Amino acid sequence: MEMFKGYNPGKFYDEMFADDGAVRSHCAPLLQKFGKIDERDFLARKANSELYFLRQGITFNVYHDDRGTERIFPFDPIPRVMPASEWEHLEAGLTQRIVALNLFLHDIYHDQQILKDEVIPRFYIEQAKHYRPEFRGVDVAADTYIHICGSDLIRGADGVYYVLEDNGRCPSGASYLLENRNALKRAFPGIFETLGVRPVDSYPRDLLNMLHHISPRRDGDPVCVLLTPGCHNSAYFEHCYLAREMGIDIVEGKDLVVVDKFVYMRTTRGLLRVDVIYRRIDDDFIDPVVFRKDSVLGVPGLMNAYRAGNVSLANAVGTGVADDKVIYYFVPKMIEYYLGQEPILPNVPTYLASEEADMKYILAHLPELVVKAANESGGYGMLMGPTATKDEIADFRDRIIADPRNYIAQPVISLSTSPTWCDGAMEGRHIDLRPYIIYGKDVKIVPGGLTRVALTKDSLIVNSSQGGGSKDTWVLRH
Amino acid sequence: MLSRVANTLYWMVRYVERADNLARLIDVNQQLLLDFERLDSERLRGFWQPIILSTGDEEAFSKLYDETGSDEVIRFLTDDPRNHNSITSCIALARENARTVRDQLSDELWEELNALYLFTRSDEAHRLIDSDPPKYYEAVRRSVMTFLGIAASTISRNEAWEFMDLGRHLERADKTTRFLDVSSYLPPGADGLEAISPGVLHWTAILRSCGAMGAFRAAQHEISARGIADFLIFSKDFPRSVRYCIEKVDAGLHLISGTPRGSFSNEAEREAGRVLGDLNFGSTEDVFATGLHDYLDALQGRFNRIGAEIFETYVLMPERIQSSPGPRSSSLSDVAAWQMEQQQQQQ
Repeated sequence: MEMFKGYNPGKFYDEMFADDGAVRSHCAPLLQKFGKIDERDFLARKANSELYFLRQGITFNVYHDDRGTERIFPFDPIPRVMPASEWEHLEAGLTQRIVALNLFLHDIYHDQQILKDEVIPRFYIEQAKHYRPEFRGVDVAADTYIHICGSDLIRGADGVYYVLEDNGRCPSGASYLLENRNALKRAFPGIFETLGVRPVDSYPRDLLNMLHHISPRRDGDPVCVLLTPGCHNSAYFEHCYLAREMGIDIVEGKDLVVVDKFVYMRTTRGLLRVDVIYRRIDDDFIDPVVFRKDSVLGVPGLMNAYRAGNVSLANAVGTGVADDKVIYYFVPKMIEYYLGQEPILPNVPTYLASEEADMKYILAHLPELVVKAANESGGYGMLMGPTATKDEIADFRDRIIADPRNYIAQPVISLSTSPTWCDGAMEGRHIDLRPYIIYGKDVKIVPGGLTRVALTKDSLIVNSSQGGGSKDTWVLRH
Repeated sequence: MLSRVANTLYWMVRYVERADNLARLIDVNQQLLLDFERLDSERLRGFWQPIILSTGDEEAFSKLYDETGSDEVIRFLTDDPRNHNSITSCIALARENARTVRDQLSDELWEELNALYLFTRSDEAHRLIDSDPPKYYEAVRRSVMTFLGIAASTISRNEAWEFMDLGRHLERADKTTRFLDVSSYLPPGADGLEAISPGVLHWTAILRSCGAMGAFRAAQHEISARGIADFLIFSKDFPRSVRYCIEKVDAGLHLISGTPRGSFSNEAEREAGRVLGDLNFGSTEDVFATGLHDYLDALQGRFNRIGAEIFETYVLMPERIQSSPGPRSSSLSDVAAWQMEQQQQQQ
C-alpha cells in the first residue's frame, strides 16, 4: 500500500478508489498484492517490462532523428480492473451496437430504407466523406461489413460508460492489448493466479475464425492474408504480430496480383490464389484503378475481384461512413430502428453543426465544448474549448460556419482516472477503453480491451501520437 | 512462400554472416599486428591494404580516407555508417530485413538480432571499440552464433529455412575465398608471403579469420600455402570450406525445387552443380596452375551468378498459377508420405 499512500483520486471518477478514499471492493485483492512490493522492486519490474518492449521491437521511430532512435510506447504497470458485471453490461452494449451498424451499412448500400423513412437525413449520408456509392448493390460475404470494430468507451464523473466513437475501418492497437498482458505477466508473475483475471489470448484465434467464416471458397482451406502498407507504417509491428499469431502470410500490395478477377500472391512456387484479405490499408489506397490513382500500396484490379465475389475483405469497402462523427450521432436511432431496442450504451450528447438550433448552441458555447471534425482521428482536428486560446476558438468558429456538415460538438466529459506511476509518485491520470469487437459467425469480444492513458497531468487526450500510453485491462471472473 | 519473404530471409542471413566474418577478420588481424614491432606508416599500409582489397570495398575506402592506418581501416570496417558493408551497417540491414518478415521469425530469434542491433548502437559498444576491441568483436560473434543457434533450433525445416541456409552458405563460401585471397595481395617474399613477417603468421591469421585454426590442426596439415588452400577450398568436412558450403547450396536448391540432385530445373541449380563438380573433382594443382587469385576471383564471380539466378527464379519469375495450395515443403519425406497415402488407397 506504501506506493498508494497519499494518492488523491481528485474530483473525477476514479477506477480504483471511491470518493471517500476507500478502495473499490473489486480492486482490493490487487492492491493487497501490490502492497507487498516496495518501490525499488516496483521500479525494477517496470524497467524490466520496458526492456521487454524494446527487445521485442514494439517501438515507433522518432521522426527527424537520423540516428534512427526508437522509442517504446509508454506502458503503465498498474492495471485497470473491471468487475464481471460491468463487463457483461459493456459486452451486451457493444454487441448490440456492431449488429446495428452492420444492418445500417447493408441498408445504405442496398435499399436505403432508413433514409426513405427519414430516420437519417439523406444529405448526411451522401455527403459523408467515406460513403462509397459505387458499391451500392454489391453483396458482401456473410452480409457483414464491419468485421472488426474498435469502439472507444469513456466513463464520466457519473460513473456511466459512454461510447465516444466507433472505429469501423482499420482499428489498431489489439497487439498492444496482447503484449501489455505478456509484459505484465513477466513483470509480476504469480499475481494473476489468485485474482481470477480473464485471459485475452483468444483474440488471434477469434480473428482467424472470422476470416475463415467470410471466405468465398467452399472447397478446402481458405488462403487468408494480412495486407499491410509496409514496414514504414506505424502499426507495422501489429500487422506482423497478428499475422504470425494467426499463422497467415503478411503481404504488401506488390505481393498480390489480380488475374481474371481472382487475387493471387506471388510465391516461390508461382501464383497462389488468395480468398480473404485482412486489410490494414484504407479504401483510398487499396486499388489505384478505382480509388486514388497515385497509390503505390494497393493492388490494381482488386475491386473487380471483390465485386465478383472472388475475394473477401475485412473490413468491407465503405464502412468509413459509419464512423463519420456525424453518423455517430444517429447510432442510437439505428439501434431503435433496426433492432427495436433501447441502446444499452449511451452516446455522448452530441450537437450537429448542420442543425440550426445545434449550430446556435455550439457557437454560443464554444469555450465549454469539444469540437471535432467529422472524419479526423488520432486526436487531430479537435478543439478543446476550456483549454483553447481565443485565436483557436475564433479559428474553429470560422471553420464550423464554413463547413457545418463536417463538425460536431460535445460537452467535455471528464474521463475517469486510474492510479498511474508518474515520475516517483502514484497519481490519477485520465483513461479510456478501446475494446475490439469481432463479428464473424457470432460476435466475439476479448475481455476488456486496450486501456489508453493520458500521461500528461489533466490531459484528456489519450492518443499515442499525443503523449498517451497504455495499461493492461483486467476483467475479473466474478 | 512469398517470393519477397524468401528474398528477405536470404539477405537477412547473408548480412548476419557477413558481420560475423568481418568481426573475425578484423579481430584476428588487429591481434596479429601486436606480434610486429612498430611498423612505420608504409609498412602499416602494406599490412592493411590486402585486407581492404579482400573485402572488395577498396574504392569506397579510398574515397573516405586518405591514410591506410589501423584506426582508419578499423573504423571503416567496423562502424562507419558510410560503408554499407561495415559490421554495424550489416547488422542494421539484417535487422531491417528481419523487421519486414518478423512474422516468420521466432521471438527469440528476433530478440537476439534486435539486441545485437541495439548493442552496436550503444555507448558501451563505442567505448569498447576504442578501449577493448577484442571484447567488442567477441560480443558480435557470440551474438551471431547465438542467432544461428536459435535459428537452428526454432525454425522449421521448410522453405524459409532453406532460403536462410542458402544465404548463409553462399556468403560463407564468398568470405572464405576473400580471406584466402588476402595472401595474394601480400608483397612477394619467400613462398610468396613473407615480406613483412617471418614464418607463418599471416597464414595463421588467414586460418583464424576463417575460424579454421583448430579444425586445420586437427586435420594435421602443415602450415603451407598449398595445405591451407587445399583445406579452405576443398575440405569435405569443414563447415566454412568452399566445397562444403557449395555442397549445402546445391542440396538446398534441390530441396526447394524438388528436383533430384545431379539434374537441374533452373539456372541456379545448373551453376551450383557445375561449381560443385569442379570442387569435388578439383585439386590444388589446378588452383596454383591458374594462380590462386585468379582462381578465387573466378569462384566469386560464379557465386554471384548463383545468387542472381536464385533471385531470377524465385523472386522475379513466379507467374505460374497454382490451382491449390501446394505442399509447404518438398522434402523427400513429404513425397514419401504422399506416396504412402496413394498406396493405401489401392489396397
